[in-house]
Amino acid sequence: MPNHKNRQVGDGFFHGLTLLAALVMLGVVIIIALQLVKGSQPAYARFGLGFIMGSRWDPVHGQFGSLPLIYGTIVSSLIALLIAVPLSLGIAVYLAELAPSRLRGPVSFLVELLAAIPSVVYGLWGIFVLVPWIRTTVEPLLHRFLGWLPFFQGNFYGFGMLAAGVILAIMIIPTIAAVSREVLLAVPNTQREAMLALGATRWETIKMAVLPYGRSGLLGAVILGLGRAVGETMAVTMVIGNRPQISPSVFELGQTIASIIANEFSEAFDDLHLAALVMAGLVLFTVTLLLNVVARLLVWRTARIAGGAGKE
Amino acid sequence: MSGGRNYRRKFMNTLMFVLAMGATAVALVPLASILMYVVAKGLTALNWDFFTQLPRPVGQPGGGLGNAIIGTIILVVAASFIGIPVGILAGIYLAEFGRGRLAGLVRFICDVMTGIPSIIVGIVVYGTMVLAMKRFSALAGAVALAVIMLPLVTRTTEEMLRLVPNSLREASLALGATRWRTTLSIVLRSAMGGIITGSLLAVARIAGETAPLLFTALNSRYWPTGLLDRIASLPVYIYTYATTPYEEMHRLAWGAALVLVAMVMLTSIAARMAGRRFGGGGRQ
Repeated sequence: MPNHKNRQVGDGFFHGLTLLAALVMLGVVIIIALQLVKGSQPAYARFGLGFIMGSRWDPVHGQFGSLPLIYGTIVSSLIALLIAVPLSLGIAVYLAELAPSRLRGPVSFLVELLAAIPSVVYGLWGIFVLVPWIRTTVEPLLHRFLGWLPFFQGNFYGFGMLAAGVILAIMIIPTIAAVSREVLLAVPNTQREAMLALGATRWETIKMAVLPYGRSGLLGAVILGLGRAVGETMAVTMVIGNRPQISPSVFELGQTIASIIANEFSEAFDDLHLAALVMAGLVLFTVTLLLNVVARLLVWRTARIAGGAGKE
Repeated sequence: MSGGRNYRRKFMNTLMFVLAMGATAVALVPLASILMYVVAKGLTALNWDFFTQLPRPVGQPGGGLGNAIIGTIILVVAASFIGIPVGILAGIYLAEFGRGRLAGLVRFICDVMTGIPSIIVGIVVYGTMVLAMKRFSALAGAVALAVIMLPLVTRTTEEMLRLVPNSLREASLALGATRWRTTLSIVLRSAMGGIITGSLLAVARIAGETAPLLFTALNSRYWPTGLLDRIASLPVYIYTYATTPYEEMHRLAWGAALVLVAMVMLTSIAARMAGRRFGGGGRQ
Protein backbone atom coordinates (compact mmCIF):
# COMPACT_ATOMS: atom_id res chain seq x y z
CA MET A 1 0.00 0.00 0.00
CA PRO A 2 2.66 2.60 0.85
CA ASN A 3 4.26 1.59 -2.41
CA HIS A 4 1.07 2.54 -4.19
CA LYS A 5 1.12 5.91 -2.53
CA ASN A 6 4.74 6.48 -3.52
CA ARG A 7 3.83 5.80 -7.08
CA GLN A 8 1.14 8.41 -7.05
CA VAL A 9 3.45 10.94 -5.46
CA GLY A 10 6.14 10.21 -8.03
CA ASP A 11 3.75 10.50 -10.94
CA GLY A 12 2.18 13.61 -9.53
CA PHE A 13 5.57 15.19 -9.07
CA PHE A 14 6.60 14.29 -12.61
CA HIS A 15 3.40 15.66 -14.06
CA GLY A 16 3.87 18.84 -12.05
CA LEU A 17 7.45 19.22 -13.22
CA THR A 18 6.56 18.95 -16.89
CA LEU A 19 3.61 21.27 -16.38
CA LEU A 20 5.96 23.78 -14.79
CA ALA A 21 8.21 23.64 -17.85
CA ALA A 22 5.22 24.21 -20.11
CA LEU A 23 4.21 27.15 -17.95
CA VAL A 24 7.71 28.59 -18.35
CA MET A 25 6.99 28.89 -22.07
CA LEU A 26 3.82 30.76 -21.30
CA GLY A 27 5.58 32.92 -18.73
CA VAL A 28 8.30 33.89 -21.20
CA VAL A 29 5.79 35.31 -23.66
CA ILE A 30 3.97 37.18 -20.90
CA ILE A 31 7.23 38.61 -19.60
CA ILE A 32 8.20 39.68 -23.12
CA ALA A 33 4.90 41.50 -23.61
CA LEU A 34 4.88 43.12 -20.15
CA GLN A 35 8.49 44.20 -20.36
CA LEU A 36 7.98 45.82 -23.76
CA VAL A 37 4.88 47.66 -22.57
CA LYS A 38 6.56 48.78 -19.36
CA GLY A 39 9.79 49.80 -21.04
CA SER A 40 8.03 51.88 -23.64
CA GLN A 41 5.86 53.79 -21.13
CA PRO A 42 7.98 56.99 -21.08
CA ALA A 43 7.87 57.21 -24.86
CA TYR A 44 4.15 56.51 -24.96
CA ALA A 45 3.50 59.13 -22.31
CA ARG A 46 5.41 61.68 -24.37
CA PHE A 47 4.32 60.92 -27.92
CA GLY A 48 1.25 58.71 -27.61
CA LEU A 49 0.19 57.20 -30.90
CA GLY A 50 1.90 60.08 -32.65
CA PHE A 51 4.97 57.90 -32.23
CA ILE A 52 3.81 55.81 -35.12
CA MET A 53 2.85 58.72 -37.38
CA GLY A 54 5.78 60.99 -36.60
CA SER A 55 8.20 61.21 -39.50
CA ARG A 56 11.24 62.53 -37.70
CA TRP A 57 13.62 60.29 -35.76
CA ASP A 58 16.16 62.55 -34.19
CA PRO A 59 17.74 61.38 -30.91
CA VAL A 60 19.80 64.56 -30.56
CA HIS A 61 16.68 66.73 -30.35
CA GLY A 62 14.59 64.17 -28.52
CA GLN A 63 12.22 63.69 -31.47
CA PHE A 64 11.06 60.14 -32.01
CA GLY A 65 8.62 59.39 -34.81
CA SER A 66 8.86 55.90 -36.17
CA LEU A 67 7.31 56.36 -39.59
CA PRO A 68 10.66 56.21 -41.43
CA LEU A 69 11.48 52.94 -39.67
CA ILE A 70 8.08 51.46 -40.45
CA TYR A 71 8.44 52.64 -44.03
CA GLY A 72 11.89 51.03 -44.29
CA THR A 73 10.63 47.80 -42.79
CA ILE A 74 7.71 47.60 -45.20
CA VAL A 75 9.64 48.54 -48.33
CA SER A 76 12.60 46.22 -47.67
CA SER A 77 10.20 43.37 -46.88
CA LEU A 78 8.15 44.02 -50.01
CA ILE A 79 11.26 43.96 -52.19
CA ALA A 80 12.19 40.70 -50.48
CA LEU A 81 8.77 39.16 -51.15
CA LEU A 82 8.80 40.33 -54.76
CA ILE A 83 12.02 38.41 -55.34
CA ALA A 84 11.54 35.50 -52.96
CA VAL A 85 7.94 34.44 -53.64
CA PRO A 86 8.29 33.43 -57.30
CA LEU A 87 11.63 31.76 -56.65
CA SER A 88 10.38 29.88 -53.58
CA LEU A 89 7.22 28.72 -55.29
CA GLY A 90 9.34 27.54 -58.21
CA ILE A 91 11.55 25.60 -55.81
CA ALA A 92 8.57 24.12 -53.99
CA VAL A 93 6.89 23.06 -57.23
CA TYR A 94 10.16 21.61 -58.50
CA LEU A 95 10.85 19.70 -55.29
CA ALA A 96 7.31 18.45 -54.71
CA GLU A 97 6.16 17.78 -58.24
CA LEU A 98 8.89 17.68 -60.84
CA ALA A 99 12.31 16.74 -59.52
CA PRO A 100 13.49 13.16 -59.98
CA SER A 101 13.34 11.44 -56.61
CA ARG A 102 17.07 11.04 -56.22
CA LEU A 103 17.53 14.82 -56.52
CA ARG A 104 14.85 15.78 -54.01
CA GLY A 105 16.80 14.97 -50.87
CA PRO A 106 20.07 16.69 -51.81
CA VAL A 107 18.38 19.78 -53.25
CA SER A 108 16.13 20.19 -50.19
CA PHE A 109 19.24 19.86 -48.06
CA LEU A 110 21.00 22.62 -49.99
CA VAL A 111 18.02 24.94 -49.67
CA GLU A 112 17.89 24.22 -45.94
CA LEU A 113 21.57 25.05 -45.75
CA LEU A 114 20.65 28.60 -46.74
CA ALA A 115 18.64 28.78 -43.53
CA ALA A 116 21.52 27.46 -41.43
CA ILE A 117 23.92 30.27 -42.32
CA PRO A 118 23.93 32.84 -39.51
CA SER A 119 22.40 36.22 -40.25
CA VAL A 120 25.61 38.04 -39.39
CA VAL A 121 27.50 36.00 -42.01
CA TYR A 122 24.91 37.08 -44.58
CA GLY A 123 25.64 40.62 -43.47
CA LEU A 124 29.39 40.17 -43.89
CA TRP A 125 28.90 38.70 -47.36
CA GLY A 126 26.42 41.48 -48.05
CA ILE A 127 28.89 44.24 -47.25
CA PHE A 128 31.80 42.86 -49.25
CA VAL A 129 30.18 40.94 -52.11
CA LEU A 130 26.52 41.87 -52.60
CA VAL A 131 26.74 45.63 -52.04
CA PRO A 132 29.62 46.20 -54.51
CA TRP A 133 27.77 44.10 -57.08
CA ILE A 134 24.59 46.08 -56.58
CA ARG A 135 26.49 49.37 -56.81
CA THR A 136 28.42 48.57 -59.96
CA THR A 137 25.95 46.36 -61.83
CA VAL A 138 22.38 46.21 -60.58
CA GLU A 139 21.75 49.87 -59.81
CA PRO A 140 23.26 51.24 -63.04
CA LEU A 141 21.25 48.71 -65.07
CA LEU A 142 17.99 49.43 -63.27
CA HIS A 143 18.62 53.14 -63.63
CA ARG A 144 19.35 52.83 -67.33
CA PHE A 145 16.24 50.86 -68.22
CA LEU A 146 13.76 51.91 -65.54
CA GLY A 147 15.28 55.21 -64.44
CA TRP A 148 12.15 57.13 -65.50
CA LEU A 149 10.40 55.58 -62.48
CA PRO A 150 10.93 57.40 -59.19
CA PHE A 151 11.99 54.11 -57.55
CA PHE A 152 15.18 53.81 -59.54
CA GLN A 153 16.71 57.26 -59.26
CA GLY A 154 19.48 58.76 -57.21
CA ASN A 155 23.03 57.86 -56.33
CA PHE A 156 24.43 54.38 -56.55
CA TYR A 157 25.52 53.66 -52.99
CA GLY A 158 25.14 49.90 -53.15
CA PHE A 159 24.05 50.07 -49.54
CA GLY A 160 20.36 50.82 -49.07
CA MET A 161 16.84 49.50 -49.39
CA LEU A 162 17.59 47.42 -52.48
CA ALA A 163 20.53 45.61 -50.89
CA ALA A 164 18.46 44.95 -47.76
CA GLY A 165 15.58 43.61 -49.86
CA VAL A 166 17.83 41.30 -51.86
CA ILE A 167 19.57 39.88 -48.79
CA LEU A 168 16.22 39.40 -47.06
CA ALA A 169 14.93 37.58 -50.12
CA ILE A 170 17.82 35.13 -49.95
CA MET A 171 17.20 34.61 -46.24
CA ILE A 172 13.45 33.95 -46.47
CA ILE A 173 13.57 31.69 -49.52
CA PRO A 174 14.24 28.56 -47.41
CA THR A 175 11.28 29.32 -45.13
CA ILE A 176 8.77 29.95 -47.90
CA ALA A 177 10.08 27.10 -50.05
CA ALA A 178 10.07 24.54 -47.23
CA VAL A 179 6.56 25.36 -46.00
CA SER A 180 5.18 25.56 -49.55
CA ARG A 181 6.71 22.20 -50.33
CA GLU A 182 5.03 20.71 -47.25
CA VAL A 183 1.73 22.21 -48.35
CA LEU A 184 2.07 20.82 -51.87
CA LEU A 185 2.99 17.40 -50.53
CA ALA A 186 -0.17 17.47 -48.41
CA VAL A 187 -2.33 17.80 -51.51
CA PRO A 188 -3.85 14.37 -52.03
CA ASN A 189 -2.73 12.44 -55.08
CA THR A 190 -6.28 11.87 -56.27
CA GLN A 191 -6.32 15.56 -57.25
CA ARG A 192 -3.41 15.06 -59.61
CA GLU A 193 -4.55 11.72 -60.94
CA ALA A 194 -7.94 13.10 -61.92
CA MET A 195 -6.39 15.94 -63.88
CA LEU A 196 -3.81 13.73 -65.55
CA ALA A 197 -6.51 11.23 -66.47
CA LEU A 198 -8.35 14.04 -68.27
CA GLY A 199 -5.31 14.49 -70.44
CA ALA A 200 -3.82 17.53 -68.74
CA THR A 201 -0.12 18.19 -68.92
CA ARG A 202 2.03 18.22 -65.79
CA TRP A 203 1.91 22.00 -65.61
CA GLU A 204 -1.86 22.17 -66.15
CA THR A 205 -2.28 19.68 -63.35
CA ILE A 206 -0.16 21.80 -61.04
CA LYS A 207 -1.85 25.02 -62.08
CA MET A 208 -5.45 23.81 -61.92
CA ALA A 209 -5.51 21.00 -59.39
CA VAL A 210 -2.55 21.40 -57.04
CA LEU A 211 -1.92 25.11 -56.51
CA PRO A 212 -5.59 26.10 -55.97
CA TYR A 213 -5.97 23.26 -53.49
CA GLY A 214 -3.04 24.48 -51.44
CA ARG A 215 -3.83 28.17 -51.85
CA SER A 216 -4.34 29.12 -48.22
CA GLY A 217 -1.33 27.10 -47.12
CA LEU A 218 0.84 28.77 -49.73
CA LEU A 219 -0.42 32.17 -48.61
CA GLY A 220 0.49 31.11 -45.06
CA ALA A 221 3.99 30.23 -46.22
CA VAL A 222 4.39 33.66 -47.80
CA ILE A 223 3.15 35.42 -44.66
CA LEU A 224 5.54 33.33 -42.58
CA GLY A 225 8.35 34.52 -44.85
CA LEU A 226 7.11 38.09 -44.48
CA GLY A 227 7.21 37.69 -40.70
CA ARG A 228 10.82 36.61 -40.89
CA ALA A 229 11.73 39.46 -43.22
CA VAL A 230 10.12 42.04 -40.94
CA GLY A 231 12.07 40.84 -37.90
CA GLU A 232 15.39 40.02 -39.51
CA THR A 233 18.03 42.20 -37.92
CA MET A 234 21.73 41.74 -38.43
CA ALA A 235 22.07 41.29 -42.18
CA VAL A 236 19.73 44.22 -42.77
CA THR A 237 21.52 46.44 -40.27
CA MET A 238 24.79 45.78 -42.07
CA VAL A 239 23.62 46.67 -45.59
CA ILE A 240 20.69 49.10 -45.38
CA GLY A 241 22.78 52.17 -44.62
CA ASN A 242 21.04 53.04 -41.36
CA ARG A 243 19.52 56.38 -42.15
CA PRO A 244 15.91 56.87 -41.03
CA GLN A 245 14.32 58.63 -43.98
CA ILE A 246 11.43 58.24 -46.36
CA SER A 247 12.38 58.30 -50.00
CA PRO A 248 10.69 56.76 -53.02
CA SER A 249 13.96 55.46 -54.45
CA VAL A 250 15.03 51.94 -53.53
CA PHE A 251 18.62 53.09 -54.12
CA GLU A 252 18.37 55.30 -51.03
CA LEU A 253 19.65 54.45 -47.59
CA GLY A 254 17.05 53.37 -45.10
CA GLN A 255 16.43 52.01 -41.65
CA THR A 256 14.12 49.34 -40.29
CA ILE A 257 12.66 48.91 -36.82
CA ALA A 258 14.93 45.96 -36.14
CA SER A 259 18.03 47.65 -37.53
CA ILE A 260 17.57 50.85 -35.53
CA ILE A 261 17.28 48.84 -32.32
CA ALA A 262 20.48 46.93 -33.15
CA ASN A 263 22.17 50.20 -34.00
CA GLU A 264 21.15 52.55 -31.26
CA PHE A 265 20.06 50.49 -28.27
CA SER A 266 23.46 50.14 -26.63
CA GLU A 267 24.23 53.80 -27.22
CA ALA A 268 20.94 55.19 -25.98
CA PHE A 269 21.95 56.91 -22.80
CA ASP A 270 18.93 59.08 -22.16
CA ASP A 271 15.76 57.40 -21.00
CA LEU A 272 13.46 58.77 -23.65
CA HIS A 273 15.64 57.45 -26.45
CA LEU A 274 15.76 54.02 -24.81
CA ALA A 275 12.00 54.01 -24.27
CA ALA A 276 11.45 55.03 -27.90
CA LEU A 277 13.54 52.08 -29.04
CA VAL A 278 11.64 49.71 -26.76
CA MET A 279 8.40 51.10 -28.15
CA ALA A 280 9.66 50.45 -31.67
CA GLY A 281 10.37 46.93 -30.41
CA LEU A 282 6.80 46.67 -29.15
CA VAL A 283 5.50 47.63 -32.60
CA LEU A 284 7.77 45.00 -34.18
CA PHE A 285 6.70 42.37 -31.65
CA THR A 286 3.02 43.03 -32.27
CA VAL A 287 3.38 42.95 -36.04
CA THR A 288 5.45 39.75 -36.14
CA LEU A 289 3.12 38.10 -33.64
CA LEU A 290 0.08 38.88 -35.77
CA LEU A 291 1.79 37.75 -38.98
CA ASN A 292 2.83 34.49 -37.37
CA VAL A 293 -0.59 33.77 -35.94
CA VAL A 294 -2.25 34.39 -39.30
CA ALA A 295 0.35 32.31 -41.14
CA ARG A 296 0.06 29.38 -38.75
CA LEU A 297 -3.70 29.36 -38.97
CA LEU A 298 -3.58 29.35 -42.77
CA VAL A 299 -0.98 26.58 -42.95
CA TRP A 300 -2.81 24.53 -40.34
CA ARG A 301 -6.09 24.87 -42.18
CA THR A 302 -4.66 23.50 -45.41
CA ALA A 303 -2.91 20.70 -43.61
CA ARG A 304 -6.11 19.79 -41.80
CA ILE A 305 -8.33 19.90 -44.88
CA ALA A 306 -5.78 17.98 -46.90
CA GLY A 307 -5.12 15.57 -44.06
CA GLY A 308 -8.83 14.95 -43.59
CA ALA A 309 -9.47 14.49 -47.29
CA GLY A 310 -6.51 12.19 -47.65
CA LYS A 311 -7.86 9.81 -45.08
CA GLU A 312 -11.15 9.27 -46.81
CA MET B 1 -6.08 23.89 -84.99
CA SER B 2 -6.10 21.40 -82.20
CA GLY B 3 -2.54 20.44 -83.05
CA GLY B 4 -1.41 24.05 -82.52
CA ARG B 5 -3.13 24.16 -79.18
CA ASN B 6 -1.44 20.98 -78.07
CA TYR B 7 1.87 22.36 -79.17
CA ARG B 8 1.27 25.43 -77.04
CA ARG B 9 0.28 23.34 -74.05
CA LYS B 10 3.39 21.23 -74.33
CA PHE B 11 5.49 24.32 -74.73
CA MET B 12 3.95 25.84 -71.57
CA ASN B 13 4.62 22.60 -69.75
CA THR B 14 8.29 22.59 -70.71
CA LEU B 15 8.64 26.29 -70.05
CA MET B 16 7.25 25.95 -66.52
CA PHE B 17 9.47 22.96 -65.86
CA VAL B 18 12.50 24.94 -66.93
CA LEU B 19 11.39 27.95 -64.87
CA ALA B 20 10.93 25.87 -61.72
CA MET B 21 14.32 24.28 -62.20
CA GLY B 22 15.79 27.69 -62.93
CA ALA B 23 14.31 29.13 -59.72
CA THR B 24 15.98 26.37 -57.76
CA ALA B 25 19.29 26.99 -59.46
CA VAL B 26 19.08 30.76 -58.93
CA ALA B 27 18.40 30.31 -55.21
CA LEU B 28 21.50 28.18 -54.87
CA VAL B 29 23.79 30.78 -56.44
CA PRO B 30 23.99 32.93 -53.29
CA LEU B 31 24.59 29.81 -51.22
CA ALA B 32 27.53 28.88 -53.40
CA SER B 33 28.82 32.44 -53.35
CA ILE B 34 28.58 32.77 -49.56
CA LEU B 35 30.28 29.46 -48.87
CA MET B 36 32.99 30.19 -51.44
CA TYR B 37 33.79 33.60 -50.03
CA VAL B 38 33.66 32.45 -46.42
CA VAL B 39 36.07 29.60 -47.12
CA ALA B 40 38.42 31.49 -49.45
CA LYS B 41 38.62 34.68 -47.42
CA GLY B 42 38.38 32.92 -44.08
CA LEU B 43 41.30 30.60 -44.76
CA THR B 44 43.67 33.52 -45.27
CA ALA B 45 42.89 34.68 -41.72
CA LEU B 46 43.26 31.36 -39.99
CA ASN B 47 46.54 30.59 -38.32
CA TRP B 48 47.71 29.56 -34.89
CA ASP B 49 47.40 33.11 -33.55
CA PHE B 50 43.79 33.34 -34.66
CA PHE B 51 42.83 30.63 -32.21
CA THR B 52 45.20 31.46 -29.35
CA GLN B 53 45.56 35.25 -29.27
CA LEU B 54 43.39 38.09 -28.05
CA PRO B 55 42.20 40.78 -30.45
CA ARG B 56 44.63 43.68 -30.82
CA PRO B 57 43.65 47.34 -30.73
CA VAL B 58 43.03 49.16 -34.01
CA GLY B 59 46.16 49.64 -36.06
CA GLN B 60 48.15 46.76 -34.64
CA PRO B 61 48.30 43.89 -37.09
CA GLY B 62 48.00 40.26 -36.03
CA GLY B 63 46.18 39.04 -32.99
CA GLY B 64 43.33 36.58 -32.96
CA LEU B 65 39.87 35.87 -31.68
CA GLY B 66 40.62 33.10 -29.21
CA ASN B 67 38.43 34.77 -26.60
CA ALA B 68 35.49 34.98 -28.98
CA ILE B 69 35.73 31.31 -29.90
CA ILE B 70 35.76 30.25 -26.25
CA GLY B 71 33.09 32.84 -25.46
CA THR B 72 30.76 31.47 -28.12
CA ILE B 73 31.24 27.95 -26.79
CA ILE B 74 30.56 29.08 -23.22
CA LEU B 75 27.43 30.99 -24.25
CA VAL B 76 26.07 28.09 -26.27
CA VAL B 77 26.78 25.50 -23.59
CA ALA B 78 25.25 27.65 -20.84
CA ALA B 79 22.18 28.35 -22.99
CA SER B 80 21.82 24.63 -23.70
CA PHE B 81 21.93 23.84 -19.99
CA ILE B 82 18.96 26.12 -19.46
CA GLY B 83 17.04 25.66 -22.68
CA ILE B 84 17.28 21.94 -23.43
CA PRO B 85 16.02 20.46 -20.11
CA VAL B 86 13.13 22.90 -19.86
CA GLY B 87 12.32 22.39 -23.52
CA ILE B 88 12.33 18.60 -23.22
CA LEU B 89 10.14 18.69 -20.09
CA ALA B 90 7.68 21.03 -21.77
CA GLY B 91 7.68 18.73 -24.79
CA ILE B 92 6.93 15.76 -22.54
CA TYR B 93 4.03 17.68 -21.04
CA LEU B 94 2.58 18.41 -24.46
CA ALA B 95 2.97 14.85 -25.74
CA GLU B 96 2.12 12.82 -22.65
CA PHE B 97 -0.21 14.95 -20.53
CA GLY B 98 -1.29 17.84 -22.70
CA ARG B 99 -4.81 17.43 -23.98
CA GLY B 100 -6.64 20.43 -22.61
CA ARG B 101 -6.87 24.05 -23.58
CA LEU B 102 -3.63 24.92 -21.79
CA ALA B 103 -1.65 22.47 -23.90
CA GLY B 104 -3.18 23.87 -27.07
CA LEU B 105 -2.19 27.35 -25.97
CA VAL B 106 1.38 26.34 -25.15
CA ARG B 107 1.70 24.53 -28.47
CA PHE B 108 0.44 27.57 -30.33
CA ILE B 109 2.76 29.89 -28.41
CA CYS B 110 5.70 27.66 -29.26
CA ASP B 111 4.94 27.87 -32.94
CA VAL B 112 4.40 31.57 -32.84
CA MET B 113 7.46 32.22 -30.67
CA THR B 114 9.82 30.74 -33.23
CA GLY B 115 8.82 33.69 -35.41
CA ILE B 116 9.48 36.42 -32.87
CA PRO B 117 12.56 38.43 -33.84
CA SER B 118 15.54 37.54 -31.68
CA ILE B 119 16.36 41.19 -31.11
CA ILE B 120 13.12 41.51 -29.13
CA VAL B 121 14.40 38.82 -26.78
CA GLY B 122 17.57 40.89 -26.43
CA ILE B 123 15.60 43.97 -25.39
CA VAL B 124 13.58 42.03 -22.85
CA VAL B 125 16.55 40.29 -21.26
CA TYR B 126 18.27 43.66 -21.09
CA GLY B 127 15.23 45.09 -19.28
CA THR B 128 14.82 42.20 -16.86
CA MET B 129 18.35 40.94 -16.20
CA VAL B 130 20.95 43.45 -17.26
CA LEU B 131 19.21 46.39 -15.59
CA ALA B 132 18.44 44.38 -12.45
CA MET B 133 21.98 43.07 -12.08
CA LYS B 134 23.40 46.37 -13.24
CA ARG B 135 25.84 44.61 -15.57
CA PHE B 136 26.10 43.00 -18.94
CA SER B 137 26.91 39.36 -18.46
CA ALA B 138 27.49 36.06 -20.18
CA LEU B 139 24.59 34.75 -18.10
CA ALA B 140 22.20 37.29 -19.59
CA GLY B 141 23.40 36.35 -23.06
CA ALA B 142 22.90 32.67 -22.31
CA VAL B 143 19.38 33.28 -21.01
CA ALA B 144 18.50 35.20 -24.17
CA LEU B 145 19.80 32.35 -26.33
CA ALA B 146 17.99 29.79 -24.16
CA VAL B 147 14.69 31.63 -24.71
CA ILE B 148 15.25 31.38 -28.46
CA MET B 149 16.00 27.65 -28.38
CA LEU B 150 13.20 26.76 -25.96
CA PRO B 151 10.29 26.55 -28.43
CA LEU B 152 12.43 24.67 -30.97
CA VAL B 153 13.36 21.97 -28.46
CA THR B 154 9.83 21.76 -27.08
CA ARG B 155 8.18 21.21 -30.45
CA THR B 156 10.66 18.63 -31.73
CA THR B 157 10.46 16.73 -28.45
CA GLU B 158 6.69 16.65 -28.66
CA GLU B 159 6.72 15.50 -32.25
CA MET B 160 9.27 12.78 -31.57
CA LEU B 161 7.36 11.49 -28.53
CA ARG B 162 4.20 11.31 -30.60
CA LEU B 163 5.94 8.95 -32.99
CA VAL B 164 6.47 6.45 -30.20
CA PRO B 165 3.73 3.82 -30.55
CA ASN B 166 1.22 3.66 -27.70
CA SER B 167 1.68 -0.09 -27.38
CA LEU B 168 5.11 0.58 -25.88
CA ARG B 169 3.59 2.77 -23.16
CA GLU B 170 0.86 0.24 -22.47
CA ALA B 171 3.32 -2.63 -22.26
CA SER B 172 5.46 -0.77 -19.77
CA LEU B 173 2.50 0.29 -17.64
CA ALA B 174 1.12 -3.23 -17.74
CA LEU B 175 4.40 -4.55 -16.39
CA GLY B 176 3.86 -2.34 -13.38
CA ALA B 177 6.14 0.58 -14.20
CA THR B 178 5.05 3.98 -12.98
CA ARG B 179 4.03 6.66 -15.39
CA TRP B 180 7.21 8.67 -14.96
CA ARG B 181 9.45 5.62 -15.32
CA THR B 182 7.59 4.65 -18.45
CA THR B 183 8.02 8.11 -19.88
CA LEU B 184 11.67 8.50 -18.96
CA SER B 185 13.07 5.06 -19.63
CA ILE B 186 10.78 3.74 -22.35
CA VAL B 187 9.17 6.56 -24.28
CA LEU B 188 11.93 9.14 -24.01
CA ARG B 189 14.52 6.52 -24.80
CA SER B 190 12.97 5.33 -28.00
CA ALA B 191 12.57 8.93 -29.14
CA MET B 192 16.11 9.85 -28.08
CA GLY B 193 17.53 10.13 -31.61
CA GLY B 194 14.96 12.65 -32.71
CA ILE B 195 15.23 14.67 -29.53
CA ILE B 196 19.02 14.85 -29.79
CA THR B 197 18.71 15.88 -33.41
CA GLY B 198 16.21 18.59 -32.53
CA SER B 199 18.30 19.88 -29.66
CA LEU B 200 21.48 19.98 -31.74
CA LEU B 201 19.67 21.85 -34.51
CA ALA B 202 18.52 24.36 -31.90
CA VAL B 203 22.14 24.66 -30.73
CA ALA B 204 23.29 25.27 -34.30
CA ARG B 205 20.61 27.87 -34.69
CA ILE B 206 21.58 29.92 -31.61
CA ALA B 207 25.33 29.62 -32.19
CA GLY B 208 25.07 32.23 -34.92
CA GLU B 209 22.62 34.55 -33.18
CA THR B 210 23.97 38.06 -32.87
CA ALA B 211 21.16 40.49 -32.18
CA PRO B 212 20.21 39.28 -28.69
CA LEU B 213 23.86 39.34 -27.61
CA LEU B 214 24.39 42.98 -28.56
CA PHE B 215 22.89 44.22 -25.31
CA THR B 216 23.14 41.23 -23.02
CA ALA B 217 26.57 39.60 -23.24
CA LEU B 218 27.85 42.70 -25.05
CA ASN B 219 31.46 42.01 -26.00
CA SER B 220 34.88 41.89 -24.44
CA ARG B 221 38.48 42.24 -25.51
CA TYR B 222 39.71 39.84 -22.86
CA TRP B 223 39.51 36.15 -22.07
CA PRO B 224 36.22 35.07 -20.47
CA THR B 225 36.35 35.56 -16.71
CA GLY B 226 33.05 34.13 -15.58
CA LEU B 227 29.36 33.99 -16.24
CA LEU B 228 28.73 37.28 -14.50
CA ASP B 229 31.02 39.31 -16.73
CA ARG B 230 30.62 40.51 -20.29
CA ILE B 231 31.87 38.00 -22.78
CA ALA B 232 33.15 37.99 -26.34
CA SER B 233 31.48 35.97 -29.08
CA LEU B 234 32.21 35.27 -32.74
CA PRO B 235 28.94 36.71 -34.12
CA VAL B 236 29.34 40.01 -32.31
CA TYR B 237 32.97 40.27 -33.46
CA ILE B 238 31.94 39.59 -37.05
CA TYR B 239 29.40 42.40 -36.80
CA THR B 240 31.79 44.84 -35.13
CA TYR B 241 34.77 44.12 -37.37
CA ALA B 242 32.80 44.01 -40.61
CA THR B 243 31.46 47.49 -39.97
CA THR B 244 34.86 49.08 -39.27
CA PRO B 245 36.94 50.56 -42.09
CA TYR B 246 40.06 48.54 -41.29
CA GLU B 247 41.40 45.93 -43.67
CA GLU B 248 42.99 43.85 -40.92
CA MET B 249 39.70 43.63 -39.02
CA HIS B 250 37.82 42.61 -42.16
CA ARG B 251 40.28 39.76 -42.52
CA LEU B 252 39.62 38.63 -38.96
CA ALA B 253 35.86 38.94 -39.53
CA TRP B 254 36.10 36.52 -42.46
CA GLY B 255 38.15 34.15 -40.32
CA ALA B 256 35.54 34.36 -37.58
CA ALA B 257 32.79 33.71 -40.14
CA LEU B 258 34.59 30.59 -41.37
CA VAL B 259 34.99 29.26 -37.83
CA LEU B 260 31.36 30.08 -36.99
CA VAL B 261 29.95 28.53 -40.16
CA ALA B 262 32.12 25.45 -39.59
CA MET B 263 30.80 25.16 -36.02
CA VAL B 264 27.20 25.50 -37.18
CA MET B 265 27.63 23.02 -40.03
CA LEU B 266 29.42 20.46 -37.86
CA THR B 267 26.62 20.66 -35.31
CA SER B 268 24.02 20.18 -38.04
CA ILE B 269 25.88 17.17 -39.41
CA ALA B 270 26.22 15.75 -35.90
CA ALA B 271 22.48 16.23 -35.51
CA ARG B 272 21.80 14.22 -38.63
CA MET B 273 24.17 11.49 -37.54
CA ALA B 274 22.63 11.32 -34.08
CA GLY B 275 19.23 10.97 -35.72
CA ARG B 276 20.47 8.10 -37.81
CA ARG B 277 22.24 6.36 -34.94
CA PHE B 278 19.50 6.52 -32.33
CA GLY B 279 16.53 7.25 -34.51
CA GLY B 280 16.00 4.03 -36.46
CA GLY B 281 14.59 1.95 -33.63
CA GLY B 282 12.06 4.49 -32.45
CA ARG B 283 10.16 4.78 -35.66
CA GLN B 284 9.87 1.17 -36.67
